[in-house]
Parts: sequence; structure tokens; C-alpha cells
Amino acid sequence: MDWPALVLSLRLGGLTVLLLLPLAIIVGRWLAYRHFVGKSLVEAMLALPLVLPPTVVGYYLLTGLGGSSLIGQWWEQFFGQPLVFHFSGLLLASLIVNIPFAVQPVNRAFESIPQELRDAAACCGMGFWRTLLTVELPLAWPGVLTGMVLTFAHTLGEFGVVLMVGGNIPGETRTVAIAIYDRVQAFDFNAAGSMSLLLLLLSLAVLAVAGGWARPAGRRHVLPRR
Amino acid sequence: MSCHGADFCLTIQQHSPIFLDATFSCNGGQLLALVGPSGSGKSTLLRMIAGLSRPATGQIICGDSCWYDQAQGIWCSPQQRHVGFVPQHYGLFPHMTALANILAGLHHLPDHKREPCAREWLARVHLAGLEQRRPAELSGGQQQRVALARALAREPSMLLLDEPFAAVDRATRETLYIELAELKRELSLPIIMVTHDLGEALLLADRMTLLSHGKTLQSGHPREILARPVNEAAARLLGIRNLFDGELLRHDEQAELTWFRSGDHLLACRLDARWAPGSRVRWMAPNSAIRLRAAGQGSLPASHNQLRITVRGVLELGDEVRITAAFAGQELPLHLLVPFRLAQKLDLRVGSATDVVLLEEGLHILN
Repeated sequence: MDWPALVLSLRLGGLTVLLLLPLAIIVGRWLAYRHFVGKSLVEAMLALPLVLPPTVVGYYLLTGLGGSSLIGQWWEQFFGQPLVFHFSGLLLASLIVNIPFAVQPVNRAFESIPQELRDAAACCGMGFWRTLLTVELPLAWPGVLTGMVLTFAHTLGEFGVVLMVGGNIPGETRTVAIAIYDRVQAFDFNAAGSMSLLLLLLSLAVLAVAGGWARPAGRRHVLPRR
Repeated sequence: MSCHGADFCLTIQQHSPIFLDATFSCNGGQLLALVGPSGSGKSTLLRMIAGLSRPATGQIICGDSCWYDQAQGIWCSPQQRHVGFVPQHYGLFPHMTALANILAGLHHLPDHKREPCAREWLARVHLAGLEQRRPAELSGGQQQRVALARALAREPSMLLLDEPFAAVDRATRETLYIELAELKRELSLPIIMVTHDLGEALLLADRMTLLSHGKTLQSGHPREILARPVNEAAARLLGIRNLFDGELLRHDEQAELTWFRSGDHLLACRLDARWAPGSRVRWMAPNSAIRLRAAGQGSLPASHNQLRITVRGVLELGDEVRITAAFAGQELPLHLLVPFRLAQKLDLRVGSATDVVLLEEGLHILN
């Protein structure tokens, strides 16, 4: 069992969720309530990581963030370390790849709040923040939770992008998924098997707990009878 | 900036996203009903009054404050306008209790005053004891009351009701009518109610504005509008089906009558000197102006307008019967709505002939 890889995976998943949460709320809400020219293009771009092969995403991230790219050079000058084959690069890649998993459920949740409720909030004298915190977020909560759980579970399981951007550096970029692949390559099926089982149970537990948590919340917030 | 004596007035013109050309006003303590078919722009206008939607051009004034003036670049947000708004499905926050819903609108009050105020309003709309219920645990009528209490607890500058009775059953509606009528007596603020139900407007409104395709057709007292619609579009909106062509003959000022010819008949209505003799006119006969009797039975009131009609169609609609009848010289049929018992008593069936009288005071020449 490669414990450092598991810790790295959990750290990566936790940080991805933490950093994507505000972004998903801002972007998901913005897309739900604003209409502008080119909205479908923005939505398509945000959904791209869902349909592209991980190797394609990995390739663009590798070339876009690598030492010869503008971002890569700037990062290295500023922080004194490269972005690719480093945990920070892995985290950035994870954030980008997980955008659709985080944003889409949150976006749907905001969309499902009737216009009437937001109108009522405005007529009750509520400003932007009070409406967001006391009306919109409590109602969109199941969607926000779903987005975060999907992001976490997907980060644990991500393989292609992680391998392309981060490689396989123990303690730095080797996640559980990479470690399993690494063990299989070395014909160490015992280690690969135990890690696979752990990942399976962990993912199942996260999904089940979050699902059970989100559903009563969703039911509690049923809209008034019409 | 003033409304020429009214407490609230609005003028809005725009071509897109939907066409609007509306002007109306309302006084404190009055209920103005905005009446029109679906898609006539009623709810859009209500949202514009609340500040939830911005018109292209125009002016909205309430009391001493101007909420919107395109020419002067004035625009107040819904929060600044302080209106009480009850949307069609009440807009109650589903995750909050009835009490919390009302408290949500009371943040302008000091902390210690909020809860007593919310409880007082719940009691005032007969919902004491249901403070901790969520909207899904309340009936449609109770939800409407919570929404009304939430709107009024804010002590708003005006009250806006969007089809307030559309989502409740008939029995509840009757009760809510009475409650709203009683509440209206106690309030001194302008109330604007959007409805497509003419009966509702007649029952509750002090003033009525007819809207069609975004344009205000007529404003005035509901009964006055019903008796004297300004034009054919307004008459059709009011459900008046008896509209005919005629030629104006003469005005008899002594008898206070205007005579006109329609088909083979010479008819009289109340003196209406807007048209010169010889003009082509369009006239209407509302159902309330038609009196009938079957041949050989009953009596008719004295009138200059006696017609012989032949029944062409009979359609029973619950406790009423809709009758279409032909009369000499007119291609278009005369429509009558007769109580079922009367239709039975007079033996009105297809082919039977009867005399009707069109009351002079009920006939009206349209613009």
C-alpha cells in the first residue's frame, strides 16, 4: 500500500474542491441568471474536459504550462519552481479538468430556483448578498454538494491528465491512480489490488454519504404546492 | 414631478422585448385591476412597477418619489421602492417557516420589533398557530395569506398582486375575496391587482384598466367600462359578443335619445351626440340590456327597441343557456345568456320565435 500516494490524492481532491467551490458558485450562478451573446460557447468550453480524451487535455496543459510556455516561465520566475511535474501544476490541471463536474450541478441548481423567489427576495428588501446567502444557496445546496462530491471523487480517479502533467514522482505527483498503474507495471498485483479496493470503497462511501445527505435536503426544499 | 392628483401613476412605452404603451394611475385606498388576456403585458407592467424589470421609456411615480424617469435617468431598485409584491405562485421561500418568510421582509425594522410584527401579521391573516409550518405544509389559500402578510408587514408604499387567486380552488377564492375586500378598507395605500378574470375585477376593483397587446385601451370604474367600452377591442375583451353595424339617423334631445338604423330595425339608445346624423356606427348590446319573452307569454318593458328573433342555437352551460338567434335584416346573430330555468319556462328551443326588447340605456355606440 502506497500511503503517501493516498495522502497526496486526498490532498489534491480536498484542495481542488476547496478552490473550485467559490468558482463553481460564481460561474454557475452567472450562467444561470445572465443572458449574453456567446453564452453557449462559454458553456461548451466549460464542458470540454467532459468529452475530450484525458490525453488531449493533458497534452494542452503540458504544452500550455510547460517551461517553454509563457505561463510556465512566469510561474518559474515568480515561484522559483516549474509548474509541470510539480504538485502545483497537478493542482492547476485538476482544477481545470474538474470545472464541468463542479460547475454544471451548481449551475442546474441555481437555474431551478424560480424567478419568482428571487423577485420576492428583492421585494423583501434583500440585497445581493442576503439573497445569495439566505435564499439562493440554501435552495441550491444539494446541487452544490453534488458538484463538490463529483469533483472530489473524480479527482481521486483521474489518471490520464495527472500522468501527462505530473508524471510519476513519489510524494510530489504520484496519486493513488498512478501508483496502481505503477504497481501493475511492476507485476505487484497484491499492492495494486489493495489500493484499487481502497479507492473503490472510498469513492463508494463518498458518493453514498453525499447522496444521502443531499437528498433529504432536496426534499426539504420542495417548492410550494401550486 | 406629480401624478396630477393621483398617488401613483405610470406611463410606459417600449417596442421590445414586448410592445407596451400603457398609462394608468391609482389612488391610496383604491384597488386598480389590470385586466387583459394572457400575453397582454399585465405581469410585465407589474414587474416594472416593482422595479424587477426596466422599461425602455416612460415614468413611474409613487407619492412624492419618482421611481423611474427615463428622461432624467432616474431608476430605483426594488429594494429602494419598498413595494409589497405577491407573485402569482406567492414566491414563498420553501426552506423557511411561515414566520421566517415574514421576518425575511422585516430587516428594515430594529431587531426587537421584527418578531412581534411578524406574529401580529400572521394573526391578522388568520394564521396564528401555523408560524412553524413550511410553505409545502400549508394549503394554497394559507400560502397566499402568508405572502400577503409578508408583503403588508413591510408597510409598503404600494401593494402589487399578480393573479392572486389563480392558484387556489373556487371555495378558497370566495373566502379570500372577502378577506381582501376587508383588508382593502383598512389600508390606505394604492393596490394594483393583475387579473384576466373580469368577474374578479368587478368584485374587488375600484378602478379598472383594460390592456390588450400591451396597450391600455380604457381606464375607469369597472361598471362604467362594462357599460361603455371605448371601442370594439375593449368590448370584445369584456366578452360582449353582440356588436353590429348601423347608421345614425337623428338625435332627439327632448326625449334624450339617439336613433339609428340597423338591419331592418329602427333602434334608439341614450342620447349620444358624438356622431352626426348619417354616420356609419358600430353599436353593442350587452346581455344585461336584453329582455325577452316567448310568444304569448309574459310581458316586456316599454321600449322603442322591440325585435322579433328566431332561435337558431341553444347551448346549455351549467345553470345558464347560451342562445343564438337571428333577427330581420341582420346577418350576424344575436347572442343571449339566459338562466336555465327561464329558458325552460319560456320554452326556448331551436326554431321558436320570440320578442325581445333592447333597453335604450343598455345600448351603446362604440368609437
